[in-house]
Amino acid sequence: MSTAVGAPATPIDAPRGVRFPHVNYLNANYGIKSWLLTLDHKRIALLYLASVTFFFFLGGVYAIAIRLELMTPAGDLVESQTYNKLFTHHGVLMVFFFLIPSIPAILGNFLIPLMIGAKDLAFPRLNLLSWYIYMAGGIITLWALLSGGVDTGWTFYTPFSTTFSNGYVVAAGLGIFVNGFSSILTGLNFIVTIHTMRAPGMTWFRLPLFIWAHYATSIIFILGTPVIAITILLVALERLARIGIFDPALGGDPVLFQHLFWFYSHPAVYIMLLPSMGIVSEVIATFSRKNIFGYTFVAFSSIAIAVFGFLVWGHHMFTSSQSIYAGMVFSFISYAVAIPSAVKVFNWTATLYKGSISYDTPMLYALAFIGLFLIGGMTGLFLAALGLDVHVHDTYFVVAHFHYIMVGGALMGYLGGMHYWWPKITGRMYPEGWARFAALVIFVGFNLTFFPQFLLGYMGMPRRYHAYPVDAPVWQVLHVMSTSGASIMGVGMLIPMVYFIWSMRYGKFATANPWPATGLEWRTASPPPTENFGTTPVVTWEAYEFRPMEETEVIGPGDTPAQPIDGMQPTDGKNP
Amino acid sequence: MSEHIVPRKVYFVVFGALMVLTALTVFAANIDFGVLNDVIAMTIAVTKAVLVILFFMHVRYGSRLIMLVVVAGFFWLAILMVLTLSDYNSRKWVEQRVRQSTIPSEAGR
Amino acid sequence: MATHEIAATHHGPAAAHAAHVPAEHSAHAALAHHFDNLEQQREAGSLGMWIFLAQEVMFFGRLFLAYVIYRTRFPEAFAAASNHLNWKLGAFNTAVLICSSLTMALAVWAAQVGRTRRTQVFFMALTGLLGATFLGVKAVEYYDKYRDHLIPVRGWFHWEQPLSANVSEQNIQMFYWIYFAMTGLHALHMIIGIAILLPIMYRAWKGAYSPEYHAPVELFGLYWHFVDIVWIFLFPLLYLLGAHYAGGHAAAGH
Repeated sequence: MSTAVGAPATPIDAPRGVRFPHVNYLNANYGIKSWLLTLDHKRIALLYLASVTFFFFLGGVYAIAIRLELMTPAGDLVESQTYNKLFTHHGVLMVFFFLIPSIPAILGNFLIPLMIGAKDLAFPRLNLLSWYIYMAGGIITLWALLSGGVDTGWTFYTPFSTTFSNGYVVAAGLGIFVNGFSSILTGLNFIVTIHTMRAPGMTWFRLPLFIWAHYATSIIFILGTPVIAITILLVALERLARIGIFDPALGGDPVLFQHLFWFYSHPAVYIMLLPSMGIVSEVIATFSRKNIFGYTFVAFSSIAIAVFGFLVWGHHMFTSSQSIYAGMVFSFISYAVAIPSAVKVFNWTATLYKGSISYDTPMLYALAFIGLFLIGGMTGLFLAALGLDVHVHDTYFVVAHFHYIMVGGALMGYLGGMHYWWPKITGRMYPEGWARFAALVIFVGFNLTFFPQFLLGYMGMPRRYHAYPVDAPVWQVLHVMSTSGASIMGVGMLIPMVYFIWSMRYGKFATANPWPATGLEWRTASPPPTENFGTTPVVTWEAYEFRPMEETEVIGPGDTPAQPIDGMQPTDGKNP
Repeated sequence: MSEHIVPRKVYFVVFGALMVLTALTVFAANIDFGVLNDVIAMTIAVTKAVLVILFFMHVRYGSRLIMLVVVAGFFWLAILMVLTLSDYNSRKWVEQRVRQSTIPSEAGR
Repeated sequence: MATHEIAATHHGPAAAHAAHVPAEHSAHAALAHHFDNLEQQREAGSLGMWIFLAQEVMFFGRLFLAYVIYRTRFPEAFAAASNHLNWKLGAFNTAVLICSSLTMALAVWAAQVGRTRRTQVFFMALTGLLGATFLGVKAVEYYDKYRDHLIPVRGWFHWEQPLSANVSEQNIQMFYWIYFAMTGLHALHMIIGIAILLPIMYRAWKGAYSPEYHAPVELFGLYWHFVDIVWIFLFPLLYLLGAHYAGGHAAAGH
């Protein structure tokens, strides 16, 4: 292993607002048609970025509304019915339209072909189609939410959703059903691409761990999503025709819905988490300038999480009428998921050990991920324990736990990844000082929001209630802490939004490899040309083989970075 | 192309087998074997499906990767089935336990 | 949808990027620009189709699970309801589908060994016709159920046969619900299949498929065989499950 070469190279000062000197995917052609009909995976990724960001902020607005209501014990801001809709909309938008597509559809789409040295994903048309399907699903759901709203919670539990709810369950369900096909097609595309499109020399164990994580995610996409799609469809049918499958009065079993729902929705947690873990692996290696400790273990732990993730869904149903014997089995297997997760955390820590660590923004998010995921994961083990779960089931303890996983884990990874690859995506650097500040604000805001909720839940505050007793003053103290944390986090989210947009025009030009990192994606220009590499790269090095900077080089003539960095000469594509 | 071309004869033989098995499944269904009826019907159906997959769909001549995808598809279906049914089939045990533990106390009252 | 995309990768702007293809590969017109050669493109298409089918297994599998759970709960009702289905039509349809699988396999074979476009189109047309026959028979069956008020919709469903012990009309409705969900979803796949087959037939007539390039035919064949496999399971599970119970089909009037 080579030594670290000081701080990352400083980006070049370029005249602000000037267009890129080289032809790339962004300036290859212009016009709305060139975007909406594009088959380029990089442009499709940006289409996803725009739409996913929209849903994220919309979901965030609902979150703020929920927190404002809970500042006072009385249900004074909104009625209970409205409150039900608020948390349902927050959940539906965040889970189905932000967390699940975020990293795979944006960063995965953008980076998988670049990282394996391919010109595009295997099925570019399918890729564009899946964006349109995503948008169709999103619009249907939005229509349902805005015209009448849904009050079932994002879980759509029967028989409430099928028999009693007055919301627009059918329309919202249809939106989620349609959206599911977007996930399936994306996963299919990824797996085929990773299998068949790798550049010469890019063997399975030279793949970046980001690719392994996305491979595992795609398995869940393909084998889990069809089940939720048809289950949601059945809820709609049950409402429309009263077919009886979930209706006890007709001999049906509402718990069957929970089985089928969680068969997908528990693995869906790993859809959110695994790509983040992939990002963390990349970032930790780059910013400690070391090979990932135990590469093979980390790679296979992703696959193991994807497989084990399918075996544990029953731990969401300990207090339903699920048989206690099945509960024991599910509880036991749930603990098994902790093993591959712990393998990852231990290996990241071991990678940091004696590394040459620099605290750039992506690294801050990666470190935050490790800590917050640890808390989220450990409290997950509490909840997987049968006896304790009965005590804290459906309380704020659960809410805090899964927000530590989904926000503290998935979102931190997403933000870290966005910062890490932003120079590659846009060819511009974001302002490092502001970015570090925002990372700090988000971290503080996040913990202030959700840590008090662990305490609230343990004291018995149930989830999905818009009011709580006045005579328990400590509850209000904790709720106010949580609300103020949410406000801080909300502001923290706006800061990256502003400086990312700012940097697209005014940021400094990024070099091909600003960090510098080892992956193939860093060996083409920033932003990359439409076909990614001038010539098909031939890989002769292992993953994360850090070497002195003079030796890294850029592949392909004509795709040189805006200006060579000191000691890093673009060459004609021959490898050392 | 490196793909394997299956001779027509194989297709006809498989076709014949499928037809015979269809007749067999109808015949077997009309005889009462008790629980075995389902076992027989499913064995025949699985045999037919395997024949179609191996020969008509060329998996016998294809790569191991394709084989892996096929196995994964059915393996995940098995996960869904087995774990869900583990709940349904063990619910009676819970009911039995509940009955055993409550009846004496009610009688005592 | 996926079938169409996978089958249609060759529509990519191959010509525009022909310059990128290294000289040692003959740039076949059907080669999409982002693949190195036809072999890679074929492998990708085939793997993609198989993954799509694995997804389909889960899609149908969820209904099979509902079937198993409710049949275990209401065995007598399911047997009685099943005996009311017309097993002869079901068996006929099974035979029709197996025949169509054979003709589809022969269509792929004809493209593989480079038989004339007439032969290719002949086998494809036969496949399509058999598929349409299947759907026609299915429509007759559905009409019978409609006539007998056996469509499981609130307020419409009505079971006129006498009910034995342990059998309630609701439980019989549960069987018909599963019957319609499974066969309906299967029929939908057949309709989509025939819709995809037509453009492939048209292109075969134009002489697009040769021993070097016939991926769309091959991939469509995979889809078609899969739909056949689903029916192979549906037939005994839905039509034959109660045949051996006292009375069986004979008592149900067929």
